[in-house]
Amino acid sequence: MSLENDRYSISPPDLEQRWMIEMYDVHKWFVDFHVLKHINLKVDRGERIVICGPSGSGKSTLIRCINRLEEHQRGRIVVDGTELTNDLKNVDAIRREVGIVFQQFNLFPHLTAVENLMLAPIWVLKMPKAEARDLAMKYLERVRIPEQADKYPGQLSGGQQQRVAIARSLCMSPKIMLFDEPTSALDPEMIKEVLDVMVGLADEGMTMLCVTHEMGFARTVADRMMFMDGGEIIEIAEPKTFFSSPKNERTQLFLSQVLEH
Amino acid sequence: MSQYNLIDNPNSSNRPPVINVGIIGWLRHNLFSSWTNTVLTVVAAGIIYSLFPPLFQWAILDADWSGVSRESCTGKGACWVFIKTWFWHLIFGLYPVDERWRVVLAFGILIVASIPLFIPWFKYKALVGVFLLIGFPVLAYFLFVGDILGMPLVETPLWGGLFLTLVIAGCGIVLSLPLGILLALARRSSMPVLRGLSVAFIELWRGVPLITVLFMASVMFPLFLPEGVNFDKLLRALIAVTLFSAAYMAEVVRGGLQAIPRGQYEAAQSVGLSYWRMMTFVILPQALKHVIPGIVNSFIALFKDTTLVAIIGLFDFLGMLQVARSDPDWLGFAPEGYVFGGLVFWIFCFGMSRYSQYLEKEFRTESQ
Repeated sequence: MSLENDRYSISPPDLEQRWMIEMYDVHKWFVDFHVLKHINLKVDRGERIVICGPSGSGKSTLIRCINRLEEHQRGRIVVDGTELTNDLKNVDAIRREVGIVFQQFNLFPHLTAVENLMLAPIWVLKMPKAEARDLAMKYLERVRIPEQADKYPGQLSGGQQQRVAIARSLCMSPKIMLFDEPTSALDPEMIKEVLDVMVGLADEGMTMLCVTHEMGFARTVADRMMFMDGGEIIEIAEPKTFFSSPKNERTQLFLSQVLEH
Repeated sequence: MSQYNLIDNPNSSNRPPVINVGIIGWLRHNLFSSWTNTVLTVVAAGIIYSLFPPLFQWAILDADWSGVSRESCTGKGACWVFIKTWFWHLIFGLYPVDERWRVVLAFGILIVASIPLFIPWFKYKALVGVFLLIGFPVLAYFLFVGDILGMPLVETPLWGGLFLTLVIAGCGIVLSLPLGILLALARRSSMPVLRGLSVAFIELWRGVPLITVLFMASVMFPLFLPEGVNFDKLLRALIAVTLFSAAYMAEVVRGGLQAIPRGQYEAAQSVGLSYWRMMTFVILPQALKHVIPGIVNSFIALFKDTTLVAIIGLFDFLGMLQVARSDPDWLGFAPEGYVFGGLVFWIFCFGMSRYSQYLEKEFRTESQ
């Protein structure tokens, strides 16, 4: 079986660490509402997947299942060879490898930008304070706002806050980055500065799953495009094919609505 | 050039009309801005005028200040000789005169050690905090009780007055906050047993008047203890006051926890913080900041509630006042006693209130 076929084959995960993320027949319900249905997905190391779909289609829920912010109720999820179970040790191990960036930034408002970045290295990685500060400054420079280090989130613009949030995740040297509509809460003029940082990450070979409506960004960085609707993965394809000749009707409809503007 | 003159000239029309500035402007704007406001101002002025001059006359102008016995009281105004005579008893209760320095020393250490906490540039606040919360109580315990290093034993029934009030309120305040936080966290826990226990505890203590709790602690509780086991009465009252106050504190803290958006929990979890680290460094600092007024409100209530220990025979500040006013030599001086008592309580409570406002301002400027 060739790799390409294996990528789309539906088989229970083996734990031999071949894929960065494997989801096998994952289901989730919010009480009675079936949010995720038959999710099968294999993500390669360094692969960048952009997920799109109408609101309520389960895109956010899907990526939030990967670091256990949501609990799946059926099926299996394996992240870098570690299976997500109720074993808290596994959950902790996976959370250390997976960074997430939220729509609403979720910075800690009582800490300065640099303190936001230092918190986890100090308390999770047990890094000495001075070292954590150096690390934090390194990542603030990388997202191009070292001069804002000592400001509180409330004193920063939305774009700056989101970049601090990205840097906060990067401080834990994650192998996977999840983005949950990172630019949806931003004013238009700030979207670019955040996308630039994300493109930079993609260039460095980070494994990324990104829920976004920024189709320009998707075309630039995505290895594969994924369209979700009604809790199901409707279509996965390389961006070229995805945008030019989507197979599914619903994908066609969605793209026609999104790309009109 | 002429423009400069225009701006600098106080009589130029660039300045607001005289009627809007200065004292007259302020009065107009704040006290007489509308009919309702004017009526309220007049009524308030009337009340102040009819209340304060007579009080001032009684408490200050006509009062008797010097003397040693009730013969010095002229009866025209307040006789503060009564308070003077009883003053040290009101402060220390029956604590032996020769040992009072121990109490003074302990409170002196407390005050001196607290000063650095108010100095913005002082670096070792955490260290001082640890001393105040752990080291100081141990030190104070040995100073107060004695029976060590040649200091004679002073049993708790001799403790009294303002000293006892401060001991009970101090212990209650210091212990009920952490206990309340734990109860609030338990109440929001995902574990049903823990949640159930916390709810039961909180509802039980909140549902019972403090006076009942104190009475149970002092009268009923010993009945359940085996023969010969004796439990210090002050300790029982302390536990009762602390648990009672913790139940209220828990609900105040829970209110603060509920104001924290879910995103904060998710962000903390996703960077790998464990439950306790998430609570300690992310959730509680924000939640407690929101409820500083509520917490201080509980502290003030607790401080005043300590007067109820008089019911079980502990002579706190108010208890000592009662003793003083029933002294056959000083019958009929209850008004002086209660005015003085009220003033002392007010000073402490007002102090706490101001400190709460200081904290609120401090934290607000820090994170906008």
